[in-house]
Amino acid sequence: MEAIIQQFFNLGIMAEAFPLILAGLKQTIIICLIVIPLGLIGGLAVAMIALSRWRTARWAVIAWIDFFRSIPPLVLLIFVYAGLPFAGLRLSPMAAVAVAFLLNTSSYYGEVYRAGIESVGLGQWDAARSTGLRGYQALAYVVLPQAVRNVLPDLVSNTVEVVKLTSIASVVALPELLYSADMARSVTFNSSPIVLAAVIYLALLWPVVRLISRLERRIAT
Amino acid sequence: MAAWSRFVDTFFKWDVIERYFPAIAKGMVVTIEVAVAVVITGILLGLALAVLRSFRVRVVNALIVIFVDVFRALPPLVLILLVFFGLPNLGVNLPSFLVLWLVLALVLAAFAEEIFWAGILSIPKGQWEAARSTGLSSLGTLSYVILPQAIRLTVPPLTNRTIAITKNTALGTVIGVAEILNQATTAQAFSGNATPLMMGAIAYLILFIPVVALGRFLETRFAWRRI
Repeated sequence: MEAIIQQFFNLGIMAEAFPLILAGLKQTIIICLIVIPLGLIGGLAVAMIALSRWRTARWAVIAWIDFFRSIPPLVLLIFVYAGLPFAGLRLSPMAAVAVAFLLNTSSYYGEVYRAGIESVGLGQWDAARSTGLRGYQALAYVVLPQAVRNVLPDLVSNTVEVVKLTSIASVVALPELLYSADMARSVTFNSSPIVLAAVIYLALLWPVVRLISRLERRIAT
Repeated sequence: MAAWSRFVDTFFKWDVIERYFPAIAKGMVVTIEVAVAVVITGILLGLALAVLRSFRVRVVNALIVIFVDVFRALPPLVLILLVFFGLPNLGVNLPSFLVLWLVLALVLAAFAEEIFWAGILSIPKGQWEAARSTGLSSLGTLSYVILPQAIRLTVPPLTNRTIAITKNTALGTVIGVAEILNQATTAQAFSGNATPLMMGAIAYLILFIPVVALGRFLETRFAWRRI
């Protein structure tokens, strides 16, 4: 018991690592603020093409989505960060994370939007268009609000996955939450900093995970 | 033309492909081994927890919910580093393969439990009552009446979640599991060429595109019929 407390819940070490970990948290939040809006917008674009009337575009974008859903995000990130420099394209860790995450998350968000838009009946489109709304207006004012409402649990849960995914930025030495915690761990030879990082992730995401469970129940009944 | 040959030289250099093909193939075998172990143990554990939860023992259910929430909220890489670097200090030395398997199986179990539980809840109460009134025990009701209906509903979300978690086997490279990504980055460092990374990416595509396509098929096949 004593050993467990020493090794995982050492308050002295946690206090010492706290400023470093706080700086890491700031980086994690910055990544999220860049990556989540990019993914949401990219995903909407992907979904619009996937639902277009032009068959070739539809097939191309579905292949694109499945391609990026088949590659682990870490592989994509390392490819962008360590592979592209060989071709003369050197990106900073933050830019590499943004590019890799955009490719990965927009595919997932795209599938969620697509399911949402498909769940709104075609009659809604026709009715909206017949009132004189243009196509993009029908989308923005009539279809999307209903679509988003129908797939809200999936959108939120995908966003939780994106926040969790930011932890892999540590592999390309972007000093985010997990990277800072692991630095502190390797200096102190003690796991308490990682426990502290885990506690911060839990504090950020547990309420959202609870919310998802409740949203899912509400839709199910 | 110069640009094209430079591109090929960077990402598809033939002698590099020849030299590192065996290593990447070995990595594929390791990835498949971890993935299969994770999928089987994770889904079975998730199902067991969901069944346990349906007996509605308050303390047990609270523990299950805490386990599920924690493993859904924490990034898998955090858990991997915690287990891999934390346990040796307590005198427990697990090989990295085992750590990766353990963590990913627990994460999958947490998500699977939640999906199975939603499936069980979606079966109307009347089904329980009807089955019990025919003389089936509550375990019999669960296994012959409720689960067969519930599991059908869980197929699409479970498939997608399983694919996403199985791809996390790539995280094993951080703790030195010799899976595809690990082999590819090692080979890239030795050869000073990006071809092994391309080989790694292609290896993942070969493994996962069929599974993603299967998931897409199941999604339409088992689609929720909206009332």
